[in-house]
Amino acid sequence: MTAGKWDVVIGLEVHAQLTTRTKMFCGCPTTFGAPPNTQTCPVCQGMPGTLPVVNRRAIEYGVRTALAFDCRVNHACRFARKHYYYPDMPKNFQISQYEEPLAEEGWLEIDRPDGHARRIGIQRLHLEEDVGKLVHEGTLETAQASLVDFNRAGVPLMETVSKPEIRSPEEAAAYLRAFRAVLVYLGVCDGNMEEGSLRCDANVSLKPAGAARLGTKVEIKNMNSFRNVQRALEFEVKRQTEALDRGERIVQETRLWDADRGYTRSMRSKEFAHDYRYFPEPDLVPLKLDAAWIDEIRRVLPELPRARRQRFVAAYGLPAYDAALLTQSRALAEYYEAAVRDFPQPKLVSNWVMSELLRELPGDDERAIEQATVTPSRLAGLLRLIDDGTISGKIAKTVFETMVRTGEEAAAIVRREGLTQVADAGALAAMVASAIAGNPKAVEDYRKGKTAAAKAFVGQVMKASGGKANPAMVSKLVEAELEKLTKT
Amino acid sequence: MRTIHELTDAYRRGETTPSEATDAYLSRIAKLDDKVGAYLTVTADRAHAAARAADERYRRGRPLGPLDGAPITLKDVFCTRGVRTTCASKILESFVPPYDATVVDRLAKAGAVMLGKSNMDEFAMGSSTEHSALRVTRNPWDLTRVPGGSSGGPAAAVAAGLAAGGLGTDTGGSIRQPAAFCGVVGLKPTYGRVSRYGLVAFASSLDHPGPFGLDVTDTARLLGAIAGHDPMDATSIDAPVPDYTAGLEQGVRGLRLGVPDEYFTKGMDAEVEAAVRVAIDVLKGLGATLERVSLPATPHALATYYVIAPAEASSNLARYDGVKYGLRVPGRDLIDMESKTRAAGFGAEVKRRIMLGTYVLSAGYYDAYYGQAQKVRTLVRRDFDAAFARVDLIVAPTTPNVAFRHGEKADPIAMYLNDVFTIPADMSGVPGVSVPCGFTASGLPIGLQLIGRALDEATVLRAARAYERATDWHTRRPELA
Repeated sequence: MTAGKWDVVIGLEVHAQLTTRTKMFCGCPTTFGAPPNTQTCPVCQGMPGTLPVVNRRAIEYGVRTALAFDCRVNHACRFARKHYYYPDMPKNFQISQYEEPLAEEGWLEIDRPDGHARRIGIQRLHLEEDVGKLVHEGTLETAQASLVDFNRAGVPLMETVSKPEIRSPEEAAAYLRAFRAVLVYLGVCDGNMEEGSLRCDANVSLKPAGAARLGTKVEIKNMNSFRNVQRALEFEVKRQTEALDRGERIVQETRLWDADRGYTRSMRSKEFAHDYRYFPEPDLVPLKLDAAWIDEIRRVLPELPRARRQRFVAAYGLPAYDAALLTQSRALAEYYEAAVRDFPQPKLVSNWVMSELLRELPGDDERAIEQATVTPSRLAGLLRLIDDGTISGKIAKTVFETMVRTGEEAAAIVRREGLTQVADAGALAAMVASAIAGNPKAVEDYRKGKTAAAKAFVGQVMKASGGKANPAMVSKLVEAELEKLTKT
Repeated sequence: MRTIHELTDAYRRGETTPSEATDAYLSRIAKLDDKVGAYLTVTADRAHAAARAADERYRRGRPLGPLDGAPITLKDVFCTRGVRTTCASKILESFVPPYDATVVDRLAKAGAVMLGKSNMDEFAMGSSTEHSALRVTRNPWDLTRVPGGSSGGPAAAVAAGLAAGGLGTDTGGSIRQPAAFCGVVGLKPTYGRVSRYGLVAFASSLDHPGPFGLDVTDTARLLGAIAGHDPMDATSIDAPVPDYTAGLEQGVRGLRLGVPDEYFTKGMDAEVEAAVRVAIDVLKGLGATLERVSLPATPHALATYYVIAPAEASSNLARYDGVKYGLRVPGRDLIDMESKTRAAGFGAEVKRRIMLGTYVLSAGYYDAYYGQAQKVRTLVRRDFDAAFARVDLIVAPTTPNVAFRHGEKADPIAMYLNDVFTIPADMSGVPGVSVPCGFTASGLPIGLQLIGRALDEATVLRAARAYERATDWHTRRPELA
């Protein structure tokens, strides 16, 4: 994007909480939402004398993600201590990675608004431990005391830093969506931005259009939803553009996004930047990653969102829009494929999943899909009833709503509520005859060439049947009857 | 004053019981520790309970092993569940850990009876125990002198008969130097041989837990109980633990001993040098062959140590901020509270090292100091590798001098120089022991140091035992009225 005479340059740092059962360096559970400090032990409380031990599963998740982004996995990597004082951090240093990260040099493909795909480079991917949480008594400004909850301290975090190759706030949002989809597909992160499982910071700078040298960058923090990332970046690009247009210099600083007020404000400038005093973590030996183990992880990588989307278009003949929507989450894509296996009319299934299912579910993630009372085979069962003419599409929507509520099979509901279509030609003919007889004016209109009048008769019959009449048959019968009348 | 092996033999024969022995130690502590000042916390109730359980096992004829009922002391750097663990610092004076260090747990499972927690230099930073913020510890051989440090408490306790054995830590010589000063045996095992879990960290890559004993056999028994892989310590070595007492009596015939030029320096105490030279001749007389070796990086080891150890310490000690445990001095706001807490909680030497360490890790200085120090550390390691390609053990003095007077080394550098012969083994991680090898004319103990290959504590102990058997220095006890 060029903001007038400026090129926008954005780099994203994404922190993803890994869904390992236990923490990065101790055996405590990682469950979200437990009472404060109940998921802690001397290690994650940073008690004197305690030592970290690496969670191998977290390494595996990191490698899995690195391979999905086509990164170079470093066969030897190291943890390092990053120092700063903050009471939510039990040791006043964070075990992270610095000079020797787990993986480097990969890429992620995103779709641009113009429909073209673009690769965004990934600079590095490393693992670290999360910090705890401060709870203030009242607002931060007036609190008399603050309390620390260390439940989150030590939860594995994966930090992925993109190259400064994102060119607009829309691209940043697209990057984040694609990034999240990959992580969720890999099963390494639940992708929940509101609960903080996925956090994003951005570096934004502007440079004269076409210039090679990057401008002064500003770091934006506290963007806790996809929408906010885009809004915050749009604001920041505008702010910097206006400043530069006025001939001002951009100050290198960290700014916080205030979602309520819709602006970014300065948090700290470079002069107060931390010296983290990184040095290799002496309590952990350098990590040696066995090539065979990495190969094994590569071998069992699942199909990734992009590949799946392309397959949905090729194999099911779906429009690109449908394929993109259905593959946004692995759970939804799997739901769709299961339903298609049971009822092989891909587009019809797609329509139902996109409109009816997603309307009824709280989300498209694993949790929501798992909780869906309408399972893929039940959805297929419902669609079969439409297909064989047992119920109309309209009735099916009502049946679907009942299925969501009661968790029953469609056939059971249709039977109990007597929703089977009236497809008896004799009964329908009688209803058609009665409708036509009761409205001579419409017949007259039809004769004069107003063929739309036929639709009114179909509507009447459908209404008279309580929606149960087979609309195709009714339509045919009405036409036949009117033909007869006009010829006479 | 009996050794652990004498005590357990007596238990076995029914001549005495762990409870009787524990009572005797506790009453000796009550009588004499005012003079020595070895203990920070005496855990009499626990000791009684543990001793009674041991009594019962001996009564049934089923003791747990060679340490069952042995009354011992722990340097107050090891976390003990429910018993305050102070590191001799104001900042942890009230800290009661909710867990036991791995070594504490292993000693308890071996039946050892913990008498209490003993004094040390604050956070193990020092060579005289004078940096303890909580108590003065005196050398049992001369109460006007220091016991050495940082493990001065356990060394003095064992020398004075206030414990039959003890556990300390050696980061720059903190076991071997006080062992030499107090006339007892002190062993620094290979890095990773003994778990550091629950040992309050000073310098993580240099901290070595290890035992004190009145003789080599006791020291070997204690090592056997605490050594071995610990899944809670990622730097602990997963290698089988031999029976350290099995080959103890095999002598030194055929062993090649290296005598390093760099460990006999100008300015060292003449009486120390003479005693160590005689001791080396004793080993030769027992059948060992001698060879001159060179450890050329030795002169740089001390300076390098004072970059690496403070760097790691500045990081390890960052957690003491008054937020979670230990001392809290109220302040206007968070930063004020943290600053005041650290200002009041840490002593001068600890602050000096935190500042030193913070400086050497700072952006722009890292490569020149910490990065460079790591390279020198590699050179120190290579020195030992080269030497051990030719010899089985290195023999040298433990310290350049004997116990000095309280207050004598007011200059920090003079104090640091005390560790010049012990630091290289910490830097390279190889095992070393100090055994008594004589006394000065004024009656102060001198230590002989034996350094071995990584994980070869057995040979180190075996040579130390051969020397001990040929001499009687280890049988001398200080007079304490």
